Amino acid sequence: MKVAKRTFDAVIVGAGGAGLRAALQLSEAGLKTAVLTKVFPTRSHTVAAQGGVAASLGNSTEDNWHWHMYDTVKGSDWLGDQDAIEFMVKKANEVVVELEHYGMPFDRTDNGKIYQRPFGGHSQNYGQTPVSRSCAAADRTGHAMLHALYQRNVRANTQFFVEWMAMDLIRNADGDVLGVTAMEMETGEVSIFHAKATIFATGGSGRIYYSSTNAFINTGDGVGMAARAGIPLEDMEFWQFHPTGVAGAGVLITEGVRGEGGILRNASGERFMERYAPNLKDLASRDVVSRSMVTEINEGRGCGTDKDHVLLDITHLSPETINKRLPGIREISIQFAGVDPIKAPIPVVPTCHYQMGGIPTNYKGQVVVPKDGNPNVPVAGFYAAGECACASVHGANRLGTNSLLDLLVFGKAAGETVVSDFQSGQLTLKPLPENAADVSLARIARLESQTNGEEVHEVRLAMQRTMQKHAGVFRFADMLKEGVTKILEVAERAKHTQIKDKSKVWNTARTEALELDNLIEVAKATMVSAEARKESRGAHVRDDAIDCAETPNGRDDKNWLKHTLWYSEGNRLDYKPVTLQPMSADVEPIALAKRTY
Amino acid sequence: MSSKRTVQFKIYRYDPDKDAAPYMQDISVELEESDKKLLDALVRLKAKDDSLSFRRSCREGVCGSDAMNINGKNGLACLTSMDDIAQPITLRPLPGLPVIRDVIVDMTQFFKQYHSIKPYLINNEPAPERERLQSPEDRDELNGLYECILCACCSTSCPSFWWNPDKFVGPAGLLAAYRFLADTRDQATSERLDNLEDPYRLFRCHSIMNCVDVCPKHLNPTKAIGKIKDMMVRRAV
Repeated sequence: MKVAKRTFDAVIVGAGGAGLRAALQLSEAGLKTAVLTKVFPTRSHTVAAQGGVAASLGNSTEDNWHWHMYDTVKGSDWLGDQDAIEFMVKKANEVVVELEHYGMPFDRTDNGKIYQRPFGGHSQNYGQTPVSRSCAAADRTGHAMLHALYQRNVRANTQFFVEWMAMDLIRNADGDVLGVTAMEMETGEVSIFHAKATIFATGGSGRIYYSSTNAFINTGDGVGMAARAGIPLEDMEFWQFHPTGVAGAGVLITEGVRGEGGILRNASGERFMERYAPNLKDLASRDVVSRSMVTEINEGRGCGTDKDHVLLDITHLSPETINKRLPGIREISIQFAGVDPIKAPIPVVPTCHYQMGGIPTNYKGQVVVPKDGNPNVPVAGFYAAGECACASVHGANRLGTNSLLDLLVFGKAAGETVVSDFQSGQLTLKPLPENAADVSLARIARLESQTNGEEVHEVRLAMQRTMQKHAGVFRFADMLKEGVTKILEVAERAKHTQIKDKSKVWNTARTEALELDNLIEVAKATMVSAEARKESRGAHVRDDAIDCAETPNGRDDKNWLKHTLWYSEGNRLDYKPVTLQPMSADVEPIALAKRTY
Repeated sequence: MSSKRTVQFKIYRYDPDKDAAPYMQDISVELEESDKKLLDALVRLKAKDDSLSFRRSCREGVCGSDAMNINGKNGLACLTSMDDIAQPITLRPLPGLPVIRDVIVDMTQFFKQYHSIKPYLINNEPAPERERLQSPEDRDELNGLYECILCACCSTSCPSFWWNPDKFVGPAGLLAAYRFLADTRDQATSERLDNLEDPYRLFRCHSIMNCVDVCPKHLNPTKAIGKIKDMMVRRAV
C-alpha cells in the first residue's frame, strides 16, 4: 500500500482546549502546523465542561495564588509535583485574561469584571473558608472557551485536518518522535505526518468505564498510542469519579451547582456532607464527596426505590438564579433526569469523569521518561498537554476548574516550548524509518481480514464492566487482583475483534476497533497500577489501607509518596519520585499533612 | 412501559463504496430499559449492523455532532426522546448538503459560511493587563447568541440556504455575525455590516423561521437576523 507523506514543522493531535491553545502559539509564531482531529474542533469534549476555570483573580472575594497552590497540592493528596503546580497557579490569571481578550463571553460582576463562583476544594487562607475562584460563563464555560479558542485559531489561519484519526506514534531507533500516522475518515487512506515536533492533546479516556460523564470520543487515543510506542504512563490508577452524574444517564451536573448553593441530601433529607466535611461540607474535594455519597448508599440511606442514588437539591435557590447561573443544568435535568430542578431535586451518583494520570511531562509540556538513572529525560520531539498528559498537577485527585486551567496553561506552555526549540534550531526534521507506517497498515489489514472474531462492542462492554466492578470509587485488594487477570483476558480478546463493515468511506466500525486498542492500554495501565499501589491516596482508596497516625487516611508516605510508571511492553511497573520542591527557590513547599475538609 | 420494546426504523443508507444509489432501509431493534434517547437506539442498532454510520460525541446536546433529519424535522439524536416519537422512525441526512455516507453529510459549505463572517472578536486596541470590562447588562446581550453548537440543524432546514448555500450565509452564520455585532468589546461593526451588505448574504432571509423551529438549543436566528437588518437600516439613514 502506498502511503502519502506530509511534512510540517509541528503536528498537533487533538483540537480540544489544549490542542487549540497550543495551535494558537504555533500559528501566531508562523510555524507550519497541522492540527489533526477526529471530530470538528468544537465537538471536542472540552465543550462539555460546565462550572468554570480556576484563577485567583480575586474579583469577588480576596484571593491569591499561594492559596490556590495550597488547595491544589492538598487536593492532589501531595502526589502532585509542586514545581508544576506553582507554574500553573501563577499562570492562571494570564491565561484566563487572554481568553477574555479573545472574546470569551464570561459572566460579569456588577463592576464589569469576570464573574467567579465557589468550587469544591478551593479555599481562602489555606483551607479555612470557600473562595470564589471559578471564572464562569453561566454553566457553559467549556463551550464558551472551546468556541473562543477555535475562533481565535480561525483568525490565526491554523491548518486543521478535520476528521482525521491519528493511529500510531512514529519513533526512530533512538526513541526520538518523528510524527504520527493518521487515517482520513472520509477515504480510509493512511498518511504519514512527518514533523519536527509532535504535540499530543488527545484528552482523556473515561470510556474505559461503563458509566462515565465522558463523550463517546474519549477513548484515550494519545495515551494508547504513546503506550504502544514504549512511553510509560504515569499514575493511571487515579481516576476521578465526579460526585454528580445524573443517576442512570451518567451525564454531568457541574459542581458549580453546589458552588451556587446546592446541597446533597440522603433518603431522610439530611445534608450528610456536614458529617464528612464539617468545614467545606458540599464543597469538599471531589474524591471526598464521592466516597461520602457511596457510603450513604452502601449504608442504606440512598434514595429512590432501589436506594441507589442521592439527591442534589437546589429548590431553595430562586428560579432567577437557576435560570441565570445554571440554565444548562436545568435543561440537562429535564432532558436526562426528567426533573425540573426549580421544583424537585436531581438524582445523582458518582460517575467516572477525569483521568488524573497520563503521558508523563514536565511543566514545559515536554514528554519525559526515565533514562540512565534520571527519571525525567525529555523525549526529543515529543510534547503533551491537557488531560492526556500528567504534568503532574492533579496528583491523586483533581480540583474542579483546574482541568480547564491545566489545558490552557500547559497547552500554551507546550506551544511556547516548541516555538522556542524551533527558533533556537534544536528541532530538526529527522529521517523517517523505512517502515514508519507498517504498524498502522498492519492494524488495518488485520481488521480487513479477521474472521471468527468477537465484535468490538462486546469486547468494549466486557472491558467497561470489568473496570466499573474492579476499579471503582472504593477498591478492594482481592477485587483488584482478580481485576488484573480479567482485564488481561479482555486485552487478549481485543486482539481478535472482527468488523463486518469493510467500506473505505467513513467506516465507523473500523474507527471504533482502532479506538478499542487505545482504551485497552489505558484499562490495563489503570488496573495494574491500582492493584500495585498498596495505600489509599486521593481517588485511590482500598480496603486494606489502614487509617492510623503512621498512615493518615490510609496514606503511606513512607512507601508510596511516588509516581507510578506503567510500561505496556511486559506489563511492567516502575516508580519515580514526586517533586516536593516548588519551581522557585523563594516559594515554601506545602508540607505533608493529613487531608481533612 | 415494558422494559424491552422493539422499535421500527426507516433509515437512509448509502455507502459510495458499494451502493449505486441511496435507498431506505427498513430495520428494527429491541431496546433496553436504559435506551431513552434516539442516540441510544442508534448505538443499539449499530451493535446489530456495524455498517450504520453516524456522527456522535457528547450525547448531551452540547457538541452538535448528531444532527439529522428525524421524521421530517432536523434535530439532535441525543436530545430526541424515544417515548414520544412516531414509528417507523424515519432518519435521513440533514437536507441540502452532499451526503458522504448514510446520515453523514459534508459540512464544508456550512462551515465556509460560518468562517465568512469572521467569527472572532475584533478589537485592535492594545490588550489591557486585566480583563476588558463589560457590564452584566451588556453581557446579557450575548445570551441566546453564544450558545450555538454549530450542529447545522437551522441552516439545513432553511429554503434560502438550500437554494443558495454558496451565497446566503444562513441562520447559523448570521447568528454568529450578530453575536459579535452585539458584543461591546468588538470594534468591527461597520466592517461586519459591509461584509453582509449584498443581495444574498443577509437579505435572502425571508423570515420563514424554520431555523427557530428546529434549533435544539432554543435559539432564535431569525430575531438576530432582524437585528442585523435594523443595524443596516439605521446606518443607511
